[in-house]
Amino acid sequence: MSTPHDIAIIGGGNAALCAAITAAEAGARVLILETAPKAYRGGNSRHTRNFRCMHSGPLGPLVESYSEEEYFADLMKVTAGKTDEALARLAIRSSEECLPWMEAHGVRFQPSLSGTLSLARTNAFFMGGGKSLVNAYFRTAQALGVEVLYEAAVTHLELADDQIAWVDYTHEGESHRITPKAVIVASGGFQADTEWLTRAWGEPAKNFLIRGTPYNRGVVLADLLDQGALSVGDPTQCHAVAIDGRAPKFDGGIVTRLDCVPFSIVVNKNAERFYDEGEDVWPKRYAIWGRLVAAQPDQVGYVIIDSRSLNLFMPSVFPPLKADTLEDLATQMGLPPAKLRETVEGFNAACGDTSGFHPTELDGVATQGLTPPKTNWARPITTPPFYGYSLRTGVTFTYLGLKVDETAQCATENGPIRNLWAAGETMAGSILGQGYLAGYGMTIGTVFGRIAGREAAAYAN
Amino acid sequence: MQTDLITELRRQSEICNACRYCEGYCSVFPALHRERAFAEGDLTQLANLCHNCRGCYYACQYTAPHEFDLNLPKALAEVRRDSWESFAWPAPAARAFQSHGLAIAAATVLGFALLFAAIKALGNAGGEGFYAALSHNAMVAIFAPAFLFPLASIAFSLRAYWRHVGGKRLRLSHVTAAFGSVARMRDLAAGHGEGCNFEEEDRFSHARRYAHQAVMYGFLLCFASTASGTVLHYGFGLHAPYPFFSLPKLLGVPGGLMLTFGTIAMAWLKLKADKNLADAKAFGGEMGFIALLGFVAASGLALYWLGGTAAMATVLALHLGAVLAFFLLTPFSKMAHGFYRLAALIREEQNKQA
Repeated sequence: MSTPHDIAIIGGGNAALCAAITAAEAGARVLILETAPKAYRGGNSRHTRNFRCMHSGPLGPLVESYSEEEYFADLMKVTAGKTDEALARLAIRSSEECLPWMEAHGVRFQPSLSGTLSLARTNAFFMGGGKSLVNAYFRTAQALGVEVLYEAAVTHLELADDQIAWVDYTHEGESHRITPKAVIVASGGFQADTEWLTRAWGEPAKNFLIRGTPYNRGVVLADLLDQGALSVGDPTQCHAVAIDGRAPKFDGGIVTRLDCVPFSIVVNKNAERFYDEGEDVWPKRYAIWGRLVAAQPDQVGYVIIDSRSLNLFMPSVFPPLKADTLEDLATQMGLPPAKLRETVEGFNAACGDTSGFHPTELDGVATQGLTPPKTNWARPITTPPFYGYSLRTGVTFTYLGLKVDETAQCATENGPIRNLWAAGETMAGSILGQGYLAGYGMTIGTVFGRIAGREAAAYAN
Repeated sequence: MQTDLITELRRQSEICNACRYCEGYCSVFPALHRERAFAEGDLTQLANLCHNCRGCYYACQYTAPHEFDLNLPKALAEVRRDSWESFAWPAPAARAFQSHGLAIAAATVLGFALLFAAIKALGNAGGEGFYAALSHNAMVAIFAPAFLFPLASIAFSLRAYWRHVGGKRLRLSHVTAAFGSVARMRDLAAGHGEGCNFEEEDRFSHARRYAHQAVMYGFLLCFASTASGTVLHYGFGLHAPYPFFSLPKLLGVPGGLMLTFGTIAMAWLKLKADKNLADAKAFGGEMGFIALLGFVAASGLALYWLGGTAAMATVLALHLGAVLAFFLLTPFSKMAHGFYRLAALIREEQNKQA
């Protein structure tokens, strides 16, 4: 690299690209240091699908309106109040102007949706998904003169007094040191570092699957925290869902989700039920089962359904195990057969009138006198063949991150770090204390990516 | 049909069905998402709906090096070519021409030779213009069967396709809707209307859509030109050669130009495109076919410019020889894809309304 850059951006996902585009449009010379090879660029944004967006009237693909108050109330529901209200409202309020900005920079949205996800009012879905968004942003950024280095692993940011003095990274087997005027960290969480995850969660974390990129190992995050950068969030908090137990260790993404839980009973390895499978519909239920399964022996769960339920949920990537008897199914799944039959029969006996069964809404078809109860869709599991899926905890991203202010600037105890900003998952813990709201990660990334790009460019210029 | 190709496409389709991010791109995905399990006929139908625009490949987070190793454009292209080979009648010819550009070239040279021989042996019988080289009756005697045989062959093939994909009785609304899709090549616009990802990775471009439209409309104009000549000849006693301001020329000259430039553009795009996202086996056959089609158009134009010169007899033999080869190869070369695509789009209309 012959010309020195004004701004180095660490990471190559949505937040990094929004920052790069914004800074380049403000006239800054920008370098993106992306750890992943080109084929895996984009971090977890590759696996995303939509953007949750406030709007006061129909906007792009979004219908009706979605007010700041409603959006904030939805966030409060999932985080149970663990959020920084000022930052959360900033993200929500800014989302409305983001959508036209996204379109102007190459992102295309789906006109409407089919399937089980009826979120046409609150969430705008990317045509082709997150990787197509990432592709569009890389094209736009590169047309603006942003330079991109793939397989460039940042190893250290030198924090001297109140600023980043230099950035060390390796590329093509060589070490490099650069001294940009400003740095933006947008390199995600640490969920792909199993050791760190295990330190935070304990031994069970070794059995967790990582739904997204294997490149989010939190190297820069750890480096900055070690040097006194202020952090937020709880290392044990993360977005975790229950996914197909046969999913790859890393990068399985959306296809490993299983939507069958409401129509099933879920047992642990001892063939015992442990939670109300009918508590709620997607997406609320989706986000709690990761933790429920993590708390079970060996961090596994087993979903049991019968043939009547097989077509009630989205197709799964791996076919279910199938057997004509419960005992056969138990044997295939490594469960105690007699105990599974006892559990299923106990459940079946507790099912009452199922005439009100309605798969797409909370139908109140509940068990009587069973612990734990099943409060909706409680229909006996009696019609062979029987089907089973295994469940494991799939981590999307971790919440421990860098604390930022409303200008996305990082700080130490002594005050702001003059030339360091953060955006995306690496600072999302500033807003999301726990829980998750579908499409909100992309909102945080887009809003704070643009803020970081604007602030860093203003500083560098 | 080859079970390994079907098995691989089924594997990939099941992954796509669990993801659905590509929902808006083209007709393949809504058709795919309607199924939970994929019979062989379903997969053949999906394969024939695909235009190899590659939008889904570049949007896909599961392409290699990911272990799911998705490459849907390639898997669909392989099943598509395999299906055409299976349905073609008589079958061995399809296998030779779908995948072998050399066989197409050989057939074309054979076409030239036959026409040169015909000109020598049958001669002019006292005609004017082109008929001074080869009489009108001799041309009809050669080209009428060469035109009717492919039509019969394609009819057999399409009937086999229709049965395979479970097609129902045709209704006018299905057919008109399918023609609408073809006319605009909607599926090459990637849902958001910005074109496909054919020639330069994830960049969207209309180049292939426009080149293909030039070929299709150019071909239809040339075909209309020939048809109008036939009508003038038999209906009005007006014989070739026709002046510039006549129906055959007004249709044929722009048609020939569109077809010539369209085929050159298609070949150029094909050379730029990543071969790994298509059926590698079909590359030679497709290039051979494009070259033949382009030659038919260019030699037709040359014949118009050189019609009054001494070169006319030679150019006529080359042009008619190429036309002869093109007609006879139609059911077995890439030309057949137009018929299958139309059938697939009609079937898709039926499925949509079912």
